[in-house]
Amino acid sequence: MSKRIVIDPVTRIEGHAKISIFVDDAGNVADAEFHVVEFRGFEKFCEGRPFGEMPGITPRICGICPVSHLLASAKAGDAIMAVDIPPAADKLRRLMNLGQIVQSHALSFFHLSAPDFLLGWDTPQPRRNVFGLIGSNKELARAGIRLRQFGQEIIEILGGKKIHPAWAVPGGVRAPLTKDGRERIRQWMPEAFATTQAAFDVWNKTMETHRRELQIFGNFPSLFMGLVSEDGTWEHHGGRLRFTDSSGSIIADQVDPQKYFEVIGESVQSSSYLKSPYYLPLGFPDGIYRVGPLARLNVAEQMGVPRADAELKKFTKLGRGAVTSSFLYHYARLIEILAALEYIELYLDDDELLSDYLRADAGINSLRGVGASEAPRGTLFHDYTVDRNGLLQKVNLIVATGQNNLAMNRTVAQIARHYVKGDEIPEPLLNRVEHGIRCYDPCLSCSTHAAGQMPMCVRLIAPDGTVIREVTRG
Amino acid sequence: MAAKTLTIDGKPISAEEGATILQASEEAGAKIPTLCHLDGVYDVGACRLCLVEVTGVPKLLPACTTTVAEGMDVKTDSERLRRYRRMILELLFAERNHVCAVCVSNGHCELQTLAYNHGMDHVRYDYLFPKWGVDNTHPLFGMDHNRCILCTRCVRVCWHIEGAGTKNVSGRGAQARIITDLNIPWGESDSCTRCGKCVQACPTGALSHKGSTVGEMERDRGKLEFIVLAREKKQWVTAD
Repeated sequence: MSKRIVIDPVTRIEGHAKISIFVDDAGNVADAEFHVVEFRGFEKFCEGRPFGEMPGITPRICGICPVSHLLASAKAGDAIMAVDIPPAADKLRRLMNLGQIVQSHALSFFHLSAPDFLLGWDTPQPRRNVFGLIGSNKELARAGIRLRQFGQEIIEILGGKKIHPAWAVPGGVRAPLTKDGRERIRQWMPEAFATTQAAFDVWNKTMETHRRELQIFGNFPSLFMGLVSEDGTWEHHGGRLRFTDSSGSIIADQVDPQKYFEVIGESVQSSSYLKSPYYLPLGFPDGIYRVGPLARLNVAEQMGVPRADAELKKFTKLGRGAVTSSFLYHYARLIEILAALEYIELYLDDDELLSDYLRADAGINSLRGVGASEAPRGTLFHDYTVDRNGLLQKVNLIVATGQNNLAMNRTVAQIARHYVKGDEIPEPLLNRVEHGIRCYDPCLSCSTHAAGQMPMCVRLIAPDGTVIREVTRG
Repeated sequence: MAAKTLTIDGKPISAEEGATILQASEEAGAKIPTLCHLDGVYDVGACRLCLVEVTGVPKLLPACTTTVAEGMDVKTDSERLRRYRRMILELLFAERNHVCAVCVSNGHCELQTLAYNHGMDHVRYDYLFPKWGVDNTHPLFGMDHNRCILCTRCVRVCWHIEGAGTKNVSGRGAQARIITDLNIPWGESDSCTRCGKCVQACPTGALSHKGSTVGEMERDRGKLEFIVLAREKKQWVTAD
């Protein structure tokens, strides 16, 4: 009989979660499960609404990546109308997504994750946050906050507001980039590049001092999935799906996102409201795959812009075949910020973004439409089925955090295996498990670092169900 | 026609016999909030938002359907009226599913504007969360019953201005709803001329142009009044 350690709640995340760590008779960690215990019901209560409303409704799923839902939702609408949107609209959506990637990655790196590895795992919580970072490295913290602001400003310049802009619509977008807006973005560029370079310097030192973390923070073989263009270049809002394995071999390529269900299955666990997608041909749970920055860099052959390509070459050398340590999600995030900045710079010289031909018009031409876009955390799918009048009959959302669910379980188990011995729940476990999850930057990392700590209750449960040890904090 | 003299908010006013308190109050410069009233069509006193106090009358009277009388003393604003108006707005919000943030009329909605103006920062009544559907069968327009406040503006413009008589009301109380013809999907209606006057008349996001997204429904209600005036004054009739 095995024992079970429960970390409950892992709260002040986007929703509530708990972690169960299963311990065998010898006191060794056998497995871990990450449960999301909050039910939000978006897929259900959107039924019956006109599909054109979805870009207004679904961004409310999250305040950190509303743009990702906005774009995936508009794209699903394009598919229902069966239209090719005007080229300017596609570029403008891409520009907003790049802004979103910059702001979200900057938030993850500077505000949420850097306090852990720059201030030290065992720094007391009142100081191990972005305010502690301001205390120890004011310039870096300030630059990081401003980099996020830059991304947010792009979103605001295009959409009219930073959070929940009602800007992308089925068929295109509602407003172009203005000349004034373009100049505002241009003024930010030198500072944004400089901050990114500073972050690379910090990260290079971190990799030297954190070799243990590289080994145990989610370092295991798995598949990786992301969008790539026709020639295998990094994609973020278009292209087709590619899966690679941990040796770096491509196992599925150029899969039309409209047919994602032919390669992705969804397993529903009774213990969690988060669904666990898997690569269908390998079955559950062998079809475990990761999405997000690490996966996108693993599936892409090149970034398509020179400076990011140079970094990608260094990154690729960190693995044999694919790069498998989830601790390197942080590095991948920085490379994506750099690539996003380079692409943004290219768009600033493209006058098509000022065009006012932005919206294609059509009725209901397909009763099912899928919108796929790379959210900062990974590939996001919105799959809508409508009736002939455009009212939603079925909604399926596959979000990045869900796709990384299995990988997060495995990461928590791997970290726990190094710290849980026998009946004891050592203090270092909590901080490291917390960071193991944070590597994936799931929605649940959002608020945990911004103020205070992740409240946790770890229970060691004996085979007969009695609690033999309990550690609570928060 | 004989003129009547009365006071509105302490101001002496002269109004034509048969004029409503609402019409007379415009002359007095008093702004009475309205919702079911629409320039160009007759009033029905449905929303009760224009209630006013008349000295000597214990109950509140709707300004849009109460005609002026000699010596009448009208108060259009008081603590009591503000309390009642806010209560009416809260009841309207509680009765159906009004979600401004994702509504096609967000920012251009008369109900929303009134709620702002009356400081409605919360609703004290339990939301009913009724299950109302959307009629999206019409090729041009959509009807979302969740956002309907049963002001019947659409019914009145359809009968009174367009003369098509497509829009009607069925049911009673909270179960009342706007129907098309004898309760058939809008898209199947033979009587609908697709003129869109009902969409122009709607104060909320209940009626909209199909394909509109958040905040895109802006209406030009002046057009309705223009049509009525032009018709009454025979502006479209040439001399020969």
